[in-house]
Amino acid sequence: MPAKGYVEISIETCKGCNLCVIHCPTKCLALNTSDTNSYGLHYAYMVDEDECIACQNCAIMCPDAAITVFKKVS
Amino acid sequence: MAETRFMKGNEALGEAAIRAGLQGYFGYPITPQSEVVEYLALQEPNHNYVLIQAESELAAVNMVYGAAAAGARVMTTTSSPGFSLMQEGISYIACSELPCVFANIVRGGPGLGTIQPSQSDYFQATKGGGHGDYHLIVLGPNSVQETVDHIYLAFELADKYRSPVMLLSDGAIGQMMEKVVLPDPIEYKPDKPWATTGKTPDRERNIITSLFIQAEIMEQRNLKLQEKFKKITENEVRYEEYKLDDVEYIIVSFGLCSRISKKVVDQARESGIKMGLFRPITLWPFPTKPIEELASINSVKCFISVEMNAGQMVEDVKLSVNGKKPVYFYGRTGGIVPTPDEIINHIKENLL
Amino acid sequence: MKPGYEQIYKRPETLLPKRMHYCPGCFHSTIHKIIMEIVEEWDIQDKVIGVCPVGCSVFAYDYLDIDMQEAAHGRAAAVATGIKRMLPDKIVFSYQGDGDLAAIGTAETIHACNRGENFTFIFINNGIYGMTGGQMAPTTLEGQKTTTSPYGREPATTGMPIKMSELVSQLISVAYVERVSCNTPANTRKAKRAIEKAFKIQMKGLGTTFIEVVSNCPSNWKCTPEESLEWIKEKALPYFPLGVFKEPAKEEVE
Repeated sequence: MPAKGYVEISIETCKGCNLCVIHCPTKCLALNTSDTNSYGLHYAYMVDEDECIACQNCAIMCPDAAITVFKKVS
Repeated sequence: MAETRFMKGNEALGEAAIRAGLQGYFGYPITPQSEVVEYLALQEPNHNYVLIQAESELAAVNMVYGAAAAGARVMTTTSSPGFSLMQEGISYIACSELPCVFANIVRGGPGLGTIQPSQSDYFQATKGGGHGDYHLIVLGPNSVQETVDHIYLAFELADKYRSPVMLLSDGAIGQMMEKVVLPDPIEYKPDKPWATTGKTPDRERNIITSLFIQAEIMEQRNLKLQEKFKKITENEVRYEEYKLDDVEYIIVSFGLCSRISKKVVDQARESGIKMGLFRPITLWPFPTKPIEELASINSVKCFISVEMNAGQMVEDVKLSVNGKKPVYFYGRTGGIVPTPDEIINHIKENLL
Repeated sequence: MKPGYEQIYKRPETLLPKRMHYCPGCFHSTIHKIIMEIVEEWDIQDKVIGVCPVGCSVFAYDYLDIDMQEAAHGRAAAVATGIKRMLPDKIVFSYQGDGDLAAIGTAETIHACNRGENFTFIFINNGIYGMTGGQMAPTTLEGQKTTTSPYGREPATTGMPIKMSELVSQLISVAYVERVSCNTPANTRKAKRAIEKAFKIQMKGLGTTFIEVVSNCPSNWKCTPEESLEWIKEKALPYFPLGVFKEPAKEEVE
């Protein structure tokens, strides 16, 4: 079954603060600790694309407005 | 309509501001200036300006900043200790290039000092006053009439150069009553595309700031300001000459002192001394060139700067004369107004 | 966009597409974002004028696509007063930190509130001076270590942290006071609703509106952004409780 939602995270805008990751209720986000953006910072990404419920918590917590949220059209 | 009235200096100042299109006044009571805010409070219901009695001069000057940056024609007035408090805001206003008008109805200092008239804020007014490299345009009225005329001029110059302009008056001119002709009221229509009035789709956002944290950009801002100051110096010098033909002794004085000095000149002339008066009207830009030219005249023997302070403008006179002739000083401090007799006696005893 | 999906949340366009200079996890960015969301959703770009403080958010105007003025340290309330009185139909807000609003600018804050100046204070209380390098603020908690209270804030000599929301809500001319935070998604949503309500009350001309945001400073608190949320929950909120301290009657606002 396709996920209820998904997010796009701007790698260059992300500062790796991790606030989105810890507030994701379905744990579908993670910090990419094996890569950095051009500022030398780890960035958040969707680690589990099936679990997103489009709750927007990540985007609301993201200080840098790096996250766009999409919801499945019902 | 223009009309003639008998008015106190401070009240005439307030009336002139109203007629010049005042939109916002922010002030704090202090002797000998309080009649300005009192007069404006009394007249407020008849006009469209906003008046706030601020909690301090610090708040007042920052209200001026906000209102001027919002594009309004605004003014504040104070007296010496209050003007010291305003220096922070004036420095920001100068750097942000906000047109607005200040009047300092000077009283004797330093410290809490006295409430009597003085000219001891000359340095503070003409050399910047706050931190950083800047000047205000400084006008030195010597009568109630000139207070009124200078308020009109101050608003005009403020808009013309996007610069703060101040009147350096004193407690005597503020408190004295004289006949005054009030000019026609102006219907003021601001033309300030840079003002923060709300970003419309047809333009970029407007930002009013004095913060340019990169040294190179801050230097550019400074150079821009210096360019403006140069232009003002070239175009806006104002002064008055009195009995300077065939002159040998030149008194230089401004404001209230210049009226006393006129009397001194008349008395000296009566006793055969070839004396004249040079009165700077703009204290910044200072009339350097005209004084330098006078100093080059062979018959001129010396200059005497007469001030109600311990010797402040005399430094600018010396810089202007540039060593060509001797420059002397006579002054009284602490709120004492010198009499014509004591000035002429001093000159006769020490300089002739 | 993937087929079958719709966009439900995006960065507001009124927040300029620039990388903000704030440290990772700093709520300054969050509050900037919230304000600009409101500006975009309400389509009030031409009506809003902001005043920046001195402190980390001194450069707020670099990011917010609205007309703004930069105030001297502590004077934002006086500057906002000047703007609002000249342009009473605009929505004016001052954005100030704790040093700015509650130390050097206390007089301006209190008197603007007491006159009922019809603008919105957005007060960022993170208990520390951020830009100057982590010195003690008037809101630094008892025992909290800063660079000027290296052994912990000592109430005997420095007093207790000042509670501005409680203080200004005592003033009759103040219309609305709420303390919010951004430490959880629910609180961040509430913070946005509080600012919306403040703007609405301002547009009605009901008096001063004052929103205190209990904020963070991971860099100067010397912790991770995640730990800063813990600190807010465990230490800050028990002393600075969230909630509405004063508000007009509902029928006045609607």
